[in-house]
Amino acid sequence: MWWATWSLLHIIALHSFGFNYLQSSLDSGISNILLAGLCLFIKNNMRYYLPKNEKYWYVLFVSLTLSGLWLLCMRLSLWSIYDHDSIFMKMLTNTSLIRFAISFLLIGCSTFISLIWYAQKDQLKEKEHQSEIRNMVRDAELYKLRQQLQPHFLFNSLNSISALTKTQPDKARQMVQQLSDFLRGTLKKEDQDWISFEEEIKYLQLYLDIEKVRFGNRLQTNIHYDQEAGSLMIPTMLLQPLVENAIKFSLYDTIGDVMIKINGNSLKDKLTITIKNPFDKETSEGKIGTGFGHASVRRRLFLLFSRNDLLQVNSTADEYETVINIPQQNESHNN
Amino acid sequence: MKVIIIDDEPLARLLLREYLETYPDIELVGECSDGFEGFKAIQLHHPDLIFLDIQMPKITGFEMLEMIDDPPKIIFTTAFEDHAIKAFEMQAIDYLLKPFSKERFDKAMSGVKIIDNNKIDQLLIQSSSFSKLNDRIVVKQNNRIKIIPLSQVQYLEAADDYVKIFTSDGNYLKRQTMHYFENCLPAHEFIRIHRSYLLNTQLITRLELHEKESHEVLLTNGIRLPVSKAGYIKLKEVLGI
Repeated sequence: MWWATWSLLHIIALHSFGFNYLQSSLDSGISNILLAGLCLFIKNNMRYYLPKNEKYWYVLFVSLTLSGLWLLCMRLSLWSIYDHDSIFMKMLTNTSLIRFAISFLLIGCSTFISLIWYAQKDQLKEKEHQSEIRNMVRDAELYKLRQQLQPHFLFNSLNSISALTKTQPDKARQMVQQLSDFLRGTLKKEDQDWISFEEEIKYLQLYLDIEKVRFGNRLQTNIHYDQEAGSLMIPTMLLQPLVENAIKFSLYDTIGDVMIKINGNSLKDKLTITIKNPFDKETSEGKIGTGFGHASVRRRLFLLFSRNDLLQVNSTADEYETVINIPQQNESHNN
Repeated sequence: MKVIIIDDEPLARLLLREYLETYPDIELVGECSDGFEGFKAIQLHHPDLIFLDIQMPKITGFEMLEMIDDPPKIIFTTAFEDHAIKAFEMQAIDYLLKPFSKERFDKAMSGVKIIDNNKIDQLLIQSSSFSKLNDRIVVKQNNRIKIIPLSQVQYLEAADDYVKIFTSDGNYLKRQTMHYFENCLPAHEFIRIHRSYLLNTQLITRLELHEKESHEVLLTNGIRLPVSKAGYIKLKEVLGI
């Protein structure tokens, strides 16, 4: 619409100089279609490359070069049509400078507008990302709350303590201690913190010990990692939901003893943790790994590393495997 | 009075055993750690009373109960404080929320004597609202418990007092009503296409006109099932045609 109006004005202006409508229209059409094309080209270009620094020089440079190019093309094409019409050609030469100035202005404006438009779009995207992070933090907090409360786990543990008090008071006291340490840990941990894998395992051990008292010999664990893996860093409480998930599924979806295996390996500059639990393919398929545990860890990993491939799951007929890769960063882990 | 304890946590069983010691007329005939054992023990000993946990390996306490034709008196012991549990409270059958005190236990025991068995039937109806959370059907076959994941269920057919469950590897009978399944199976996956049929929508390959004004569905395994007028409307809605 804007271009149409502009072209019309162009025609009227030329007509007032005494050229016929065909000549005016052709001139206007060629000039303006070329100009519009160039503006479109700039806009498209900016979708892929948005200058961040020195954007004013960028605009000046683009405007000057493209205006020159435009003038050349326009003159060449008009010249090839009207080279016999000397009056028209003379007018063309006379108005070259003013045409150049106008095209310089137009291209400059269009570049600026595109620049602002895309910058704004970028900002919007950034804002969305920020709000996603905020949501994530809220979800994590919610999850932490649920962890703290974990009614089912808590009440069953209390029931076990109640059972132990008369026959094995020492064991009851020990379990009260473990439960307290575990609950205190969930209250204290910050989602942004990183701790060593060894510390995370120590904390996990509290949880595992309580569950072992509850389920007796049925639940066994095998934790293995070397010293190097133990010293690598991991976001706090990352393993807890996954291990909890593994325990819950194997305790309630299989019959018989449950062995949970946790392995830590250091590979190049990443920490690889494998959690294995027994599994009944026939009845459990599709259920495990879809729970809140996996989803929340996957999201947390994505927000920390912008990668979706850090959590993987594999299953055989009777074993389920969750693999997490934690890239190690050399700088501070606090952001 | 014969009693069986069914709970997957050994310490929970220990506590009940301890509380039961003060009752001289009680004979503890069995301790089971899952529903399968519980099912067998109940058939073997015919207890008068069972203590039953709800969340247990493979099948829940409710699911085990559904398999038993003539259930004994039941006291639930669970840490679940669920709406379904609240419903039981209305039914005079007791449930103990873990952890529970000896006093609370004694109160439950004193209530056992006045429970009549009609209440248990009502209880089982109530329990269906709990099973709804599960994605499987538990059936009894030759006195054994079989778990059918919902994804393997093709369709259900009414058969007098039973419902016949068709799967890719055979069919099973369960003493239930079609109405029950219609309510507790996920509505977008199973559709009551006919008074006698409840169909897994995944299996539909074609919906075709059969005679005048009546329709049939063709399933992926080649079986044809009749569709009633009401069923046709529901099908069209779910399939988006």
